[in-house]
Amino acid sequence: MSMLHLVNKSPYERNSLDTCVGYVKAGDTLLLIEDGVYAAMSGSKAAAKLSGLDVAVLGPDLAARGIGEDRLIDGVTVVDYAGFVDLATDKDKVQSWL
Amino acid sequence: MSTTKKFMYVNRKAPYGTIYAWEALEVVLIGAAFEQDVTLAFVDDGIYQLIGGQDTSGLEMKNFSPTYSALGDYDVKKIYVEKESLEERGLSIDDLQHLTWEDEDEDYAEKDSIQVVTRAEMADLFADSDVMFNF
Amino acid sequence: MKFTIQVNEGPYQHQASDSAYQFTKSALEKGHEIFRVFFYHDGVNNGTRLTTPPQDDRNVVRRWSELGEQYKLDLVICVAAAQRRGIVDDGEAKRNGKDATNIAPGFRISGLGQLVEGAIQAERLVVFGD
Repeated sequence: MSMLHLVNKSPYERNSLDTCVGYVKAGDTLLLIEDGVYAAMSGSKAAAKLSGLDVAVLGPDLAARGIGEDRLIDGVTVVDYAGFVDLATDKDKVQSWL
Repeated sequence: MSTTKKFMYVNRKAPYGTIYAWEALEVVLIGAAFEQDVTLAFVDDGIYQLIGGQDTSGLEMKNFSPTYSALGDYDVKKIYVEKESLEERGLSIDDLQHLTWEDEDEDYAEKDSIQVVTRAEMADLFADSDVMFNF
Repeated sequence: MKFTIQVNEGPYQHQASDSAYQFTKSALEKGHEIFRVFFYHDGVNNGTRLTTPPQDDRNVVRRWSELGEQYKLDLVICVAAAQRRGIVDDGEAKRNGKDATNIAPGFRISGLGQLVEGAIQAERLVVFGD
């Protein structure tokens, strides 16, 4: 069954992204929210961890932190809260890596 | 309640430093009355919850670690500990409490509740669950 | 689709309550059903009417109350977590001999079973925390 993984912490503060990526399976999506969005910045140390995964980033959290979409690694999808809701319904369950 | 769901309680926080571990355990105990298919996962710092010999007398905090050994009585029989998390922390299963449940189909034989599984095996268990509880 | 939302952190200190609110509001606007919002851990602090945020900031508590009224939401505060942290309604004040209440409009205090029931009844449980 497919899963939506939520990571809400900076990869430089917590290990939640590290652990999460070990659990992502084919068909899953990883959504970065709150301070989790920093992981998707191109040229960052954390970005490499996302390669090969289906990654989405919450747009309002990006904007709040002054990160333009042009600063993101290729292939990530930017969603709004409605898109967040869609992801939660499209996948069979949600795992928050708190 | 007609439907039975596969509940997965994901424990990733150490005890005492924050209250998450204790209040998560309270959900598990209450949830047992709902007769769902319950599994507990201990990953990352969640492992530290299960360490034996906890003594909180110097903190004036409640030592809730004995409660884990009661889980068997609540029909919580499936407790999985992630191998990688143990090893990263220099721990082995011998450092953890010995948790058991009684199998009434086998003349109440005492069986181990804790199983050590790899991250890949734990991921399969997650994938097989219906609801993830996160604290 | 039917959702249960769990909020693990109080207002202002963490973004969790804000994220939960925005998610809940969007889900409702898209026509989904919110079976229950369950406030746990420090999340119970979302249910005190005694907060006074600055005029130019959002009012997290009132925002939940208003969304609750608009959509007839079941906003449930965990009783065990609330007792530890001093969130009190009339029943709790009477039971525990407290001289005041502080629960915000639209919230109710109930047991942890409400979270478990929410996870059973809803098709998705979405948890917001630290």
